[in-house]
Amino acid sequence: MTAPLPMLDLKGVRKSFGAIEALKGIDLSVARQELVFIIGPSGSGKSTLLRCCNRLEEPTAGQVLFDGVDILSPGIDINETRRHIGMVFQSFNLYPHLTALGNVTLALRRVLKLPRDDANERGRAALDEVGLAERAHAWPNELSGGQQQRVAIARALALEPKVMLFDEPTSALDPELVGSVLDVMRAMRESGMTMLVVSHEMGFAREAADRVLFMDEGEVVEEGAPARIFEAPAHARTREFLRRVTGH
Amino acid sequence: MNRIAENFFDLAVMAKYLPSIIDGVWVTIHLAVLIVLSGLALGFVLAVVRAFQIRPVNWLIVLVVDVFRALPPIVIMIVFYFALPFVGISMSGFVVAWLSLTLVLASFAEEIFWTGILSVDRGQWEAARSTGLGFLQTLRDVVLPQAVRLTIPPLTNRTIVITKSTAIASVVAVQEILTQASAAQAFSANTTPLTMAAIAYLIIFFPLVVLSRWVESRFGWKR
Repeated sequence: MTAPLPMLDLKGVRKSFGAIEALKGIDLSVARQELVFIIGPSGSGKSTLLRCCNRLEEPTAGQVLFDGVDILSPGIDINETRRHIGMVFQSFNLYPHLTALGNVTLALRRVLKLPRDDANERGRAALDEVGLAERAHAWPNELSGGQQQRVAIARALALEPKVMLFDEPTSALDPELVGSVLDVMRAMRESGMTMLVVSHEMGFAREAADRVLFMDEGEVVEEGAPARIFEAPAHARTREFLRRVTGH
Repeated sequence: MNRIAENFFDLAVMAKYLPSIIDGVWVTIHLAVLIVLSGLALGFVLAVVRAFQIRPVNWLIVLVVDVFRALPPIVIMIVFYFALPFVGISMSGFVVAWLSLTLVLASFAEEIFWTGILSVDRGQWEAARSTGLGFLQTLRDVVLPQAVRLTIPPLTNRTIVITKSTAIASVVAVQEILTQASAAQAFSANTTPLTMAAIAYLIIFFPLVVLSRWVESRFGWKR
């Protein structure tokens, strides 16, 4: 019996920016419906790793298998691939010239080529999922940071991706707005979405993650169940990092 | 006081030369409208081509644009009108004026549009590309709508400056307002036609300046 195909399978992924090697050969497998959390100090390569998963960064070497297909191979249609890989950014990156619904439906109309009515219907459903159905016609600047990030999540969800990448989704938010975004992520987790999350929300990691990776200086230092990583980190670097972020 | 009235506001001279000034007004409007349409369109196309980041093409665009921004429009017109016939290219004064100012406006507009494209946050490109939009779709649906809004104030200013330069077309014998006024001034030995020209320019360009203010406030949007 063979193990089920992982949703994401990174093999020996390296990324250099000039002389600086940001990723020094990363192996990471994310199973279907798994929530993998990546923690680590800034500059450790977490975001770069995430961005290699949909080729916003081109890895210098290695393989990125998405649903069994190497997305780095020359024949791949990267635009077709990307619509199955949702991404949420630290700075939301909503389109300021479009309403919430316009943000969510742009790719539905342009990439999936849905007629306007169908796109709107699906867009509204996605906004409803993040609790913002009634703000469909609001402009991004009329929304709070938490609402903007939820629209950004809806924009990714509307394409019905197979995996969602989160790049520090709550780092730019005021503390009182973090909860609303985490609630949405929790609901996605419960509905069985495969998620790869770079974040400093240790409480959320502890409660929701299947696995936590600690990265430092372009390498995965250690990984394991959240309880194991947070309560009994094996490496001094992990202990040092956790001590600094949790303030104990 | 009387001398000012005689020299600048002679009603008889005004009545006599009004028809030719009005002819000039139509030529100026005709020329200005053509320059705005073709100059902005060409500038926009050049900026979009530049966004593809094809090195040799971009060097060429930058070179041409810098040359036309550096040269005074009057020099360009004189070269086109008096020098190009020697290499077998002969154009009417009107075509020379149109082409010269179109190239100048396009050059400034290209730089303004390009700056607009650059000033759109990289995160906008990344968000759009991450949802599967291609380069061109991202440029058209996400980047350009934002870039164009940012460029409207500098663009309207530059457009007004260039369209006013149609007065320079008098050096290549285009029968626009200033040419007509100068001729009338010579015939009548009176400066009243120049007053008429000034009033004609105000009538044409003042509404344009007001319109540009409206356009700027209409298309600006709060972040």
